[in-house]
Amino acid sequence: MSRSPSAAAVLLAGLLVVAPAGAGDFGLGRQATPEEIAGWDIDVRPDGQGLPDGKGSVAMGETIFADKCASCHGDFAEGVGRWPVLAGGHGTLKNPRPVKTVGSYWPYLSTLFDFIARAKPFGDAKSLKSDEVYAITAFLLHMNDIVDADFELTRQNFTSIRLPNEAQFTDDPRPDTPGLDEGTPCMKDCKVNVEITMRARALNVTPAASE
Amino acid sequence: MEQDPKARLLNRRAILRSAAAGAALAGGSSLTAAAGNPDNLPPNNPDWSKSLGAGVDARPYGKPSPHEGDVVRRHVDWLTASTESSINFTPLHELDGIITPNGVCFERHHSGVAEIDPADHRLMINGLVDKPLIFTMQDLKRFPRTNKIYFLECAANSGMEWRGAQMNGCQFTHGMVHCVMYTGVLLKHVLGEAGIKTAAKWLMAEGGDAAGMNRSIPFEKALDDCLIAFAMNGEALRPEQGYPLRLVVPGWEGVMWVKWLRRLEVGDQPWHTREETSKYTDLMADGTARRFTWEMDCKSVITNPSPQAPITHGKGFTIISGLAWSGRGTIDRVDVTLDGGKNWHPARIDGPSLPLALHRFYYEFQWDGSPLLLQSRAIDSAGLVQPTKTELRAVRGTNSIYHNNGIQTWHVLRTGEVENVEVS
Ligand code: HEC
Repeated sequence: MSRSPSAAAVLLAGLLVVAPAGAGDFGLGRQATPEEIAGWDIDVRPDGQGLPDGKGSVAMGETIFADKCASCHGDFAEGVGRWPVLAGGHGTLKNPRPVKTVGSYWPYLSTLFDFIARAKPFGDAKSLKSDEVYAITAFLLHMNDIVDADFELTRQNFTSIRLPNEAQFTDDPRPDTPGLDEGTPCMKDCKVNVEITMRARALNVTPAASE
Repeated sequence: MEQDPKARLLNRRAILRSAAAGAALAGGSSLTAAAGNPDNLPPNNPDWSKSLGAGVDARPYGKPSPHEGDVVRRHVDWLTASTESSINFTPLHELDGIITPNGVCFERHHSGVAEIDPADHRLMINGLVDKPLIFTMQDLKRFPRTNKIYFLECAANSGMEWRGAQMNGCQFTHGMVHCVMYTGVLLKHVLGEAGIKTAAKWLMAEGGDAAGMNRSIPFEKALDDCLIAFAMNGEALRPEQGYPLRLVVPGWEGVMWVKWLRRLEVGDQPWHTREETSKYTDLMADGTARRFTWEMDCKSVITNPSPQAPITHGKGFTIISGLAWSGRGTIDRVDVTLDGGKNWHPARIDGPSLPLALHRFYYEFQWDGSPLLLQSRAIDSAGLVQPTKTELRAVRGTNSIYHNNGIQTWHVLRTGEVENVEVS
């Protein structure tokens, strides 16, 4: 059932002098074919919607990762230089320097599959076959101690894997700092003493003018 | 930079000499000699008042004067591993008014700038629709158009300042914001063409770049004020800003404004994409993380003087200028303090005051040449007051990266030099 005629009419009211009725009001665009959609519609959701057929093992993933990913992310997903770390960091989220990885931070496994399929490897995006994406995903789960070395990830068992940090995500509670309802801001004699407590200059990390 | 490098060096030396011993000049200072070349000054007639200048079409697409060569975006090398997945910053200290020129709007790419021939660009709508559609650029330009001025701020703007004063320049502390006039079509008109199913609650927008940047947007916002834009400040979008098509999500964090927009999928649940889970979620001190932190809160900064734009004229009549904005409406008021927050003075907002756009403010005063601790504090139409950094850290800790709208302090020295500091 479609709500389009009424919804569209409501949306258009006040915006168009003459609001034509129904979807396709402007008669613009053409129908997308199933093949066109299949080529672009690669997104995957936490409930598994969008997953392609396929499977891949940790062992297969290790080989592909060493070949296509390790130059930046390291053989064990530990990160090379400043390139992102993809494994480890468990229990560091309250530290002054938290290490946010797939295992320590990410809430959903589908995010990893979706991201690798669309953006990886960096510089050769959308080049991996579905089985390869399953395999790399399985390997990264293993590097994060979430599955064993003999694990094989499939479309069927995908949603049974949960990431450890899922429950730590909350919705946005802002505004969380005082507003006018808590009193108008002070204008006169608001403080007795003002001391400089920190200087950016001391760090000296700002690029020079010539850069 | 076409200005004679030797002349620039000399200017800098002169200024350095007059500056406090040991104080380093910050990146991108635009210090020009106040003295000038006597041959060009009265009673003499300079060359340009005697000989012919370049004819029309010498510059078919005009550029700023070579003397404005310092007005450029800059990036911070140590911040990211590659320039393709990186950011640079708008030179806010060099600009005035509320509109950012297209060429200096900051860049944030996840896989570099996609170079797209508009003839080969398509926008697909699929998912919970009656009829999945494909639009050409020409199709999209046939919807009723609208022109809107909006700021776009990256959620990570001022992110480097969470743990304390770090970057010596407002370009680097606040330069992940810009404000332009978009020309585009209402997203709801375009979605309406496909016929939206009743179960629709979320929209996923996806880019055509190598990152395939994707974000989930609640459907109410999509139907409210979102635009699909193809022009900025009267001309086609710049490639760095998503040419030929970008999403405009007014007041909300910049990463949602998907560039090189190629697909919209209608769904009944959010996708929890990488850019709304691994990134762009706000880690609190207790280890929990806030997700879907969309609105950009009430914020302001003094752009002049600032570390890259010291006071070069000495004491006397002095202009403080800055920007204020809120993702929740207009800016009702900006207060300025010269003494680190002991006493505040209402600033003058000048130019248009538009919802979800930058506001320009000025505060004019007689400077006696003594050191200053400058701050600005914005109050928005939703009644929210820009918090101090101390207030912000008290509720969010220092690991949050995103949504730092705390009050900025600039320390003006007797020499007119300015540094980024924090105060008690
Ligand atoms: C040339 C270097 C390079 C190579 C090779 C590379 N990546 Fe990346 N990777 C990056 C960069 C840069 C980012 C950050 C991208 C951004 O900011 O959007 C990243 C981010 C990621 C992330 C997200 C990290 C996070 O915490 O959000 C994952 C997962 C990832 N890469 C997986 C892979 C996989 C799998 C491969 C191999 C198929 C691969 N990468 C190959 C450079 C690389």
